[in-house]
Amino acid sequence: MSAAKPRKRLATVWLAGCSGCHMSFLDLDEWLLELAQHADIVYSPVASDQKRYPPAVDIALVEGGVANSDNLALLKTVRANTKVLVSFGDCAIHANIPGMRNMLQGADPVLRRAYLDLADSSAQLPHAPGLIPELLDQVLPVHELVPVDVYLPGCPPSADRIRTVLEALLQDRRPDLSRAGEIRFG
Amino acid sequence: MSVCTLRIDDQDVAIAAGSTVLQAIRSAAIAVPTLCHLDGLSPVGACRLCLVEVEGSERLLAACVTTVQDGMRIHTNSSRLQEMRRTLIELLFSEGNHICAICVANGQCELQDLAVRVGMDHSRFSYRYPNRCVDLSHPQFGLDHNRCILCTRCVRVCDEVEGAHVWDVGWRGEHCQIISGLAEPWGAVEACTNCGKCIEVCPTGALFHKGEGTDEKHGHPGRLAALVQGRSRQELEP
Repeated sequence: MSAAKPRKRLATVWLAGCSGCHMSFLDLDEWLLELAQHADIVYSPVASDQKRYPPAVDIALVEGGVANSDNLALLKTVRANTKVLVSFGDCAIHANIPGMRNMLQGADPVLRRAYLDLADSSAQLPHAPGLIPELLDQVLPVHELVPVDVYLPGCPPSADRIRTVLEALLQDRRPDLSRAGEIRFG
Repeated sequence: MSVCTLRIDDQDVAIAAGSTVLQAIRSAAIAVPTLCHLDGLSPVGACRLCLVEVEGSERLLAACVTTVQDGMRIHTNSSRLQEMRRTLIELLFSEGNHICAICVANGQCELQDLAVRVGMDHSRFSYRYPNRCVDLSHPQFGLDHNRCILCTRCVRVCDEVEGAHVWDVGWRGEHCQIISGLAEPWGAVEACTNCGKCIEVCPTGALFHKGEGTDEKHGHPGRLAALVQGRSRQELEP
């Protein structure tokens, strides 16, 4: 009798995105039960109560661009504690819709536009150091800040594509999405 | 009619002298990606996606603007060319503001399809986020410069097929953009006949019908070839 294969430690992470990629992850439906047979979900906004990113994670799906200081700190923690980091969805891969604020060239013009120019009344810039994370000047894709192992584009990537990636990673294989023609943006 | 014979990727091809290398490649059913090229319009070699290796030539040649020569030996799909095509697509994406998810052409966009075809799963170049504008001055149509890749199909179709020459290319370098009239708002250009051919041939969502939402633009670049062919046989009045 062979020893049981060790269960993978899986995390999903939500940075600056709409959570649509996570909704698509939930669209895996009954395959989620199969996933639970092979992996422990150790950190996830939709599948775990864990508040701190744990050590020794095997696979992390990272949704969203990096828009503020909290996103950046969490991403660095994720990279330091994860074997395979998947850039999950268009926001993680090229900042996508959150990145459209980059056209205003800097955090200050963005805050002024949102909180002063467009304010109906009581216009004021948010300022609560330590409580509200500071906006970075640009929303950046994940791979411009830390090394990425697998790219999974799509807005959102379909549940089928997510499954293709997870099935390969659970078996310690690199998913070959380019050959499967499954790397479409949008 | 004299004929040239050439060898493309280990395949012998015979084609009429004066044809382009791209026509020879297509006649042999070999797949080479193109973007600025459109059957029915003059070739310009703007996008560089159809670059091929020709033995005896050190530089790469754009197949759409290179005339065949007898005995040419051509390679269309070397790893060097594959890498170059992916790089070109990455540069196109990083140069403008291409957000597929909220684009009228999402799912129908030639740029988006080419990204899939060249295996682009991310861009190795940082996006530039240029400050570009949208022209909604025309009563029926819109132009979003953020999505324009300067293929000049609209310029050529308006000049060569419609004969109105509303469009042209203005400015230089990173400021280069499609202009209507003498860089006037599109709606103020009296030469525009409202024919909509520029919308049909635009490979992205840059030119669109007003009122089209995300995923709702359906270009018809193939109709142009039928129109041009019909006119050349005098089946259709210009």
